[in-house]
Amino acid sequence: MALRTLFTKKALTRASGLGPLAAAAGDRGLGSGLGQARALTAATLPDLPYDYGALEPAISGDIMRLHHQKHHQAYVTNYNNALEQLEAAVSKGDNPAVVRLQGAIKFNGGGPFCCGFNKFLSHQPLDLLEQPQACKSKCKISILITYRTSFFLYFCFIKCWEGGGEPPHSALGWAIDTDFGSLEALVQKMNAEGAALQGSGWVWLALDKGSKKLSVETTANQDPLVTKGLHMVPLLGIDVWEHAYYLQYKNVRPDYLKNIWDVINWKYASEVYEKETA
Amino acid sequence: MAMALPLAYASSVVHPFEAGRLSFSTKATKHKKQIYQFRKVTKVLAYYGLTNPPYKLDALEPYMSRRTLELHWGNIHRGYVDSLNKQLPNSPFYGCTMEELIKTTFNNGNPLPEYNNAAEVWNHDFFWESMQPNGGRLPWGGVLDQIEKDFGSFSNFRDEFVHSAMKLFGSGWVWLVLKTNERRLSIVRTSNALCPLVWGDIPIISLDMWEHAYYLDYKDDVSKYVNNFMDHLISWHSATARMVRAEAFVNLGEPKIPVA
Repeated sequence: MALRTLFTKKALTRASGLGPLAAAAGDRGLGSGLGQARALTAATLPDLPYDYGALEPAISGDIMRLHHQKHHQAYVTNYNNALEQLEAAVSKGDNPAVVRLQGAIKFNGGGPFCCGFNKFLSHQPLDLLEQPQACKSKCKISILITYRTSFFLYFCFIKCWEGGGEPPHSALGWAIDTDFGSLEALVQKMNAEGAALQGSGWVWLALDKGSKKLSVETTANQDPLVTKGLHMVPLLGIDVWEHAYYLQYKNVRPDYLKNIWDVINWKYASEVYEKETA
Repeated sequence: MAMALPLAYASSVVHPFEAGRLSFSTKATKHKKQIYQFRKVTKVLAYYGLTNPPYKLDALEPYMSRRTLELHWGNIHRGYVDSLNKQLPNSPFYGCTMEELIKTTFNNGNPLPEYNNAAEVWNHDFFWESMQPNGGRLPWGGVLDQIEKDFGSFSNFRDEFVHSAMKLFGSGWVWLVLKTNERRLSIVRTSNALCPLVWGDIPIISLDMWEHAYYLDYKDDVSKYVNNFMDHLISWHSATARMVRAEAFVNLGEPKIPVA
């Protein structure tokens, strides 16, 4: 359980250093640890699998560095703080505080986990999420949900010469053709929805595990994809918060959306797709 | 504030001076025809215009750079004005003042397509006027008295404003408003394009917390941006003028009459 070394059980760490890539990418999910532990676990900032400058010219190194070291780190820190406050509120029985903190957890939890590794918790048992639970477990479930909705920005991208932007083949490719008509149509749809999104949010290529259909969804702020459907699994996510593109593209979000397809990691999306539809 | 400026005329207008250029024989009939045409209702289409901030674009340096204003005002604000003008010809709300347009298109929480553009145009106009070069520091007179009455002290108000700005999730605005029902000043946080006008409150000062407002200058250091706004940019002159106008609508001076 390499992953459990990354988390502490009772005492929440305020680790602000970058977590080791190997541990974070370990396939043992959070579920086994969380299922046993009644306490809530903290998170640390995972490492990127590539250099900050590796995605140029689609995304500049400055943006990647700021996005990872400042924004993502801030979400991790605030998430840990919110978890600690939640633990205190739950143990005191302060229900209004518990409810209030859900907003902070959803926001900060969705944040890093939209921005990080999705290998992390890709095989969480869904039944854990579906069973009705007492309030305290529900809190953990919501945390689990935010963890799950995870970690896109970094595994979603890959250097051009390692196949970034290369269109998907096999199962995912056929599914895209069936559900959208063609890859170009999908790209156009995602770009249109991303450009039309008011304020801050994310654009997702989502797979509904129940119906096995692909769809394009948008979420506001850092809301996780599961807020659009409990069985939705993200295959790709594009951050359309202004901090993700403003330094380079200024206010021209459509240009950012057009160029980002050069570094999208379809290989990874295919893997997730095949695993979830198996 | 954005004003309606007549910018275009429909082509059915005949310029009256052209009536004199006709040949003598048919002059009478053609002249009559042209007068008749001239009496047709001329279709004047008026749109909203982009108003300039009340200072040069580099006047707020170093707290808000010229580049930020060029992009924020010149591209983003202008973009909202253009989008609104594109929507208006086909919209049933053509012809409203900006404030009427915002309240009507808000539609009690189910905003219509024009709402976002209209509200953002108004919000940005309000924001430029909420700032001035050499701004910040303290308000004076009635504004200061009202702040002290409603928040305890100016520093309480300042802390609460900064705190509210830091707590905003996502894109939005922070406002000092005069609440018409409660008859007091209050700090309000709104998301995306939401504007306190829709609740009938009267905004006094606003701060744009969308990332495009500060990202070029401050990157992710939001607290520095908000503190600089409070210390160096906020225009208490505008606030005073707005409060004076607001007091025409809200009775702040009503004494508390004790019930026997």
